[in-house]
Formats: sequence, C-alpha cells, structure tokens
Amino acid sequence: MLRLEDIRKSYNVGLPSQTEVLHGIDVTLQRGEFVALIGPSGSGKSTLLNIIGLLDRATSGRLFINGKETSSLPEHEITRLRGHSIGFVFQYHLLISAFTALENVMMPMWSDRRFASADMETRARELLGEVGLAAVAGNKANNMSGGQQQRVAVARALAMKPDLVLADEPTGNLDTASADDVFALLRRENTRHGTTFLLVTHNLDLARRCDRIIKVVDGRISP
Amino acid sequence: MNPLLPFEWVVAIRFLREGRMQTLFILVGIAIGVGVIVFMTAMLAGLEQNFLKRVLTSQPHVQLLPPDQIARPLRDIPGVIEDPVVQRPSQRIISIDQWRKIVAAARAMPDVAEVSPTTAGSVLASRGDASRSVTMSGVEPETYFNIVRVPDYIVAGQPRLTSEDVIIGTELAKDLGASVGDKLNLRAASGATRVLTISGLVDLGNKSANQRTTFVALRTAQSLLGIIGGATTIDITVRDIYAAETVAQEIEAAQRVEADSWIKTNAQFFTAVQAQKNTNLLIRVFVALSVAFGIAAVLVVSVIQRSKDIGILRAMGTRRGQVLAIFLVQGGVLGFLGSLAGSGLGAAALVYWHAMARQADGSELFPLILEQSLFIETALLATLTGLVAATIPAVRAADLDPVVAIRG
Ligand SMILES: Nc1ncnc2c1ncn2[C@@H]1O[C@H](COP(=O)(O)OP(=O)(O)O)[C@@H](O)[C@H]1O
Ligand SMILES: [Mg+2]
Repeated sequence: MLRLEDIRKSYNVGLPSQTEVLHGIDVTLQRGEFVALIGPSGSGKSTLLNIIGLLDRATSGRLFINGKETSSLPEHEITRLRGHSIGFVFQYHLLISAFTALENVMMPMWSDRRFASADMETRARELLGEVGLAAVAGNKANNMSGGQQQRVAVARALAMKPDLVLADEPTGNLDTASADDVFALLRRENTRHGTTFLLVTHNLDLARRCDRIIKVVDGRISP
Repeated sequence: MNPLLPFEWVVAIRFLREGRMQTLFILVGIAIGVGVIVFMTAMLAGLEQNFLKRVLTSQPHVQLLPPDQIARPLRDIPGVIEDPVVQRPSQRIISIDQWRKIVAAARAMPDVAEVSPTTAGSVLASRGDASRSVTMSGVEPETYFNIVRVPDYIVAGQPRLTSEDVIIGTELAKDLGASVGDKLNLRAASGATRVLTISGLVDLGNKSANQRTTFVALRTAQSLLGIIGGATTIDITVRDIYAAETVAQEIEAAQRVEADSWIKTNAQFFTAVQAQKNTNLLIRVFVALSVAFGIAAVLVVSVIQRSKDIGILRAMGTRRGQVLAIFLVQGGVLGFLGSLAGSGLGAAALVYWHAMARQADGSELFPLILEQSLFIETALLATLTGLVAATIPAVRAADLDPVVAIRG
C-alpha cells in the first residue's frame, strides 16, 4: 500500500548549509502491516515520516500511496490525500486547545465536510469511547493529562478511517502504563480494521511487539 | 458546534475567543475609532440638517427678480472709443414683466414644487405715536405658505391673510405696542395708506427679521405700492433642494428674469459644509487606516502564535483556502464586532452631547439624527477594513509549511 523508491531529502537546498538528511530510502509497507521505525536521534525518522505523510516533499525519489505516485500531484490533491487516507499522531502539540476533546476528534471530518452534523458527533463519541475517554469528551486539551491527550489524538487520527496511520513517538513522553495503553489501542485498531501503521519509537520493548522493525541510521535503512 | 456555521467560521471564532485579551483590546481600539466616526458624522449631519431646515422653511429655494436695470450710453458708434461713466439707475419698485406667464412656466417644470408671486416693498408701519419702517410682503397665502411656513412660526393669532389682515413679526409688535386684533396703519412712500387688522404674530427665529417682517395679502400690497396686478418677485420651492441652482439657471435661460437659488445666496454655508465634509472624510480614512493596521498587527501575531494549530489543521487535511478563510473571517469579525461596539459608543456619546450642548436660549444645538444607514454603512466599512487588513496575515497563515508549523 506504501512504496518508497530512492527517497532523498536535503534541507536548505541551494544554501551553503545544504545537507542531505535522507540518502535514498527504499521501503515497502503492506496493507495492514504494523511497523516500527527506530533509529538514533537525528537519523531522519521524523523527516521520513513527514515525507510519507505528505506534509513534506522529498528532494528526489518516488512515493506511491495505494499505487499512486505522489510527487507530481498538485497541492489540493495532496491535501485531500492527507485528509482522507492518512492519520497523524504527533509527539507534541497534539490537540487544538481552543476545542474540546470531542471537537478535536470531529475536526478532520468537520474540516472536510465543513458543517458539523450529528453523525460526525456520533462517530467522534464512538472513537472517544474506544480510547476510553467518553467521560472527558467535553474537556478542553489543557484539562487533560498527557496520556489522555495522546489518546484523543489517536482517536482523531482514526476519525476519517485512514488507510495509513503515522505516529511520531506517540508514547515518547508518557509513563510506561500510559504508553502501553496507547500502544494497545493502536494495535487493536490495526487488527480490527486492518489499518496500516508506521510508528516511530525509541521504546525497543514496544518495537519488538510490532510486525516488523525498520531501522534508520544516518539517513539510510540499516539491515 | 453550531451546525449552521461552516468550519472556518467556527475555528475563527474559537481562535478569537481563546485569545481573549488580544481580541478585547483590538475590539476596544476599533470601537473607539468607529465611535468617533459615528459621533462626528451624525453631529455634522444634525447641524447641517438644522441649518437646512431653518433656511429652507423660511426662504424660497429660488427667487425670481426683475432683471437689473442697466444704463447704456446713448451713442454707440463703432470705432469711436468713449469713456462713459455709466451711473446705475435707482432701482424702483417694478413688477416682473409678464409674471403670470413665468409663474405658469415655472409651475410646469418637473423639479418645481411650488411657485408663488410676491409683491414687496418698504412701508412705514405706525400705531399711535410709534412708527417703524418695515418690509411689507404681499403674498398669496395658499401658495406662499408652502414656501415659507408662516403658520409654523405663528406664536399668537392666526395665519390668516384676507385683504384686511396683516401678520407681523413679534419684535415689531413689541416695538409698536401692538397685539393680535389691533389696527395697524401702513403708509407707502407715495403717501398711500391702509389700515389693517393684525391677525397673527410670527417668530422667524431672528431678531432683525422679527422687527421688519410684515405679511399682507398680495392685492393689498399691490394697491399700496401702486403696482396693480404686478409682482416684484416670484418665489419657488423645488423638490430636490440641491437642484435649486440648476432650476434657477434653466429659468434664467428661458425668461427675462434674474433667478437666485438658495445655494447661491448661502454660498458661505456650502463652503463651510464642504470643508467639514472633507475633514470628516479625511478623519474617516485615517481612522480606517489605523484600525486596519491594528487588526493586521493582532492577526500577524496570532498567525505566529497559532502556527502549531495551523500545522495540525493542515496535517488533518484542512486546505490552504480554508486556513486563509479562518484568518480573513477573524479580521472581518473583529471589524464587524468593533463597529457594533463603536456604533453604540458613538450613539451614546451623541445622546449625551445632545443633552448637554444647548444653544443660548436652551434649545438643542443640533437635532439627534441616528440614521440606520450610518450604522449599516459603518458596519460594512469596518467589516471590509477588517477583511482587507486580514489578507496579509491570512496569506501568511495559508502559506505556512505544515512541517515547519508543527515543528514550531
Ligand atoms: N528543517 C530543517 N532544516 C535543517 N535541518 C533539519 C531540519 N529538520 C531536520 N533537520 C536535520 O535533519 C536530521 C534528521 O532530523 P529528524 O528527521 O528530526 O531526525 P529524528 O526524527 O530521527 O530525530 C537532523 O540532523 C536534523 O538536524
Ligand atoms: Mg524525530
């Protein structure tokens, strides 16, 4: 469902400080795979995830999502693909603080369809229930613990029933118990709906519980 | 989660609400600017209307007079240069030539509302030992009272003008010790006299006018002044007061009369009003500019503060255009809400000032005019200003690279 061919990424292109961060990445993910992306800090994991998530563009190389080559797609198509096919869970800055947990979960659907509706709300409540947060649906982000916010972010990433969920250290700043909870949640979603997951983690224990581990070192896939 | 508001509006409003202090301060700033505009514009309109009302209900919009009598040198031989001293002849009381025809022609003009012939001249009004030189206007009440609203100014007696009646100014009545029902003797320069009954007293709001004004029936004036069947002026009101000068020029072109519009005779007032309007416009422009920069400044900061939120939105599939709209709406909403608050502020200040500022005699300095159109116009202008001010911040927000925004 996802294929990367010789993806390279340079920062500060054209400047004296130009540096290549990814030096030709080839990766294939099968539908329904649950994959861990590990590697030392600064090795290019986040950069790679952002490229796969269509938040950033590779300097060269080809990226196929559901068989579609993405580097030549126009901006609005990219945005659409991002909204409909990909779900993100970030490490920090998870939620929009001006909105409640429920509204944050509704947001991808809301942004897409522009008008709030009862189904949207039902779906969001269902997701909040799945992540065990039905009780805090009306809370604003700053009235929730880090673990709760992380779980709301997971619920939001799943709202559009994406084919692929990308999570950048989703458990990075959680205690072990919360991290286990969030991981279990992702795994359950994966088995239930066959959603493909790619998650960056530093936690080797969690990585071992994934279907496969991809290791990045200095911008290259390390065997 | 208002189902009637589109997503961009909801986000915009939430952002504004969350940024409480910023939002509040800029709203106060806009409100003050808008308040000043509303206050000034309404007061200016009030003063202008006050003046116009006074002028236009106490004098004709256009007055037709006999053309100036011009003395010409007798010899006028081509090639012979003369150096004549041409003395302007004394201006006798003379009737407008063919005035009935001119009245009919004027009445037929579509812009003309009312036409009334008048015969006026100086007479000596006396009662007992007291006498005063006054201006006697002989009028047809049924038409003239539509031009100068004498009935509105009657303070005692009736606005009645049979051939035996005279209506006089209040000051004149005081000077002569006369009141309603008393007899008044009027004597023309020729020596002709009439004794009339005072039917009413008028207060035209001006002391010297009240000292000199007397109204009699047209025929009475004609016989007293010795111009039987004549009219010395023709008074006209027009439908659109600002068309008065055009109407005057049309009549002058078509008839052998001199036509003076109120616009020409009150040229000073117009210069003053125009100067005020220009100043007002200038102030508006600068207030709008400072409001625009205020809104832009707040939104530029907001875009920076919200860059992570914008990144999250973009990662969720929110389109660039939607981000643009979110910030444009914020600008528009700020402008609109600020204009509402400002309209309230301006109106309150106006009501207060209207109650406090009085003329010497205790009457209002200006009428309280709070026209809906002023508020609608102001709200539209402020909303538009907000939108325009928001464009640069909004474009910046839409152009934010989602990765950079999230990395923050
Ligand atoms: N916007 C950027 N500009 C320049 N260099 C960057 C930028 N983002 C990341 N880098 C560099 O790219 C390398 C990879 O970073 P990143 O993808 O964040 O690694 P990881 O997520 O594995 O820690 C790092 O050396 C980092 O300094
Ligand atoms: Mg990283």
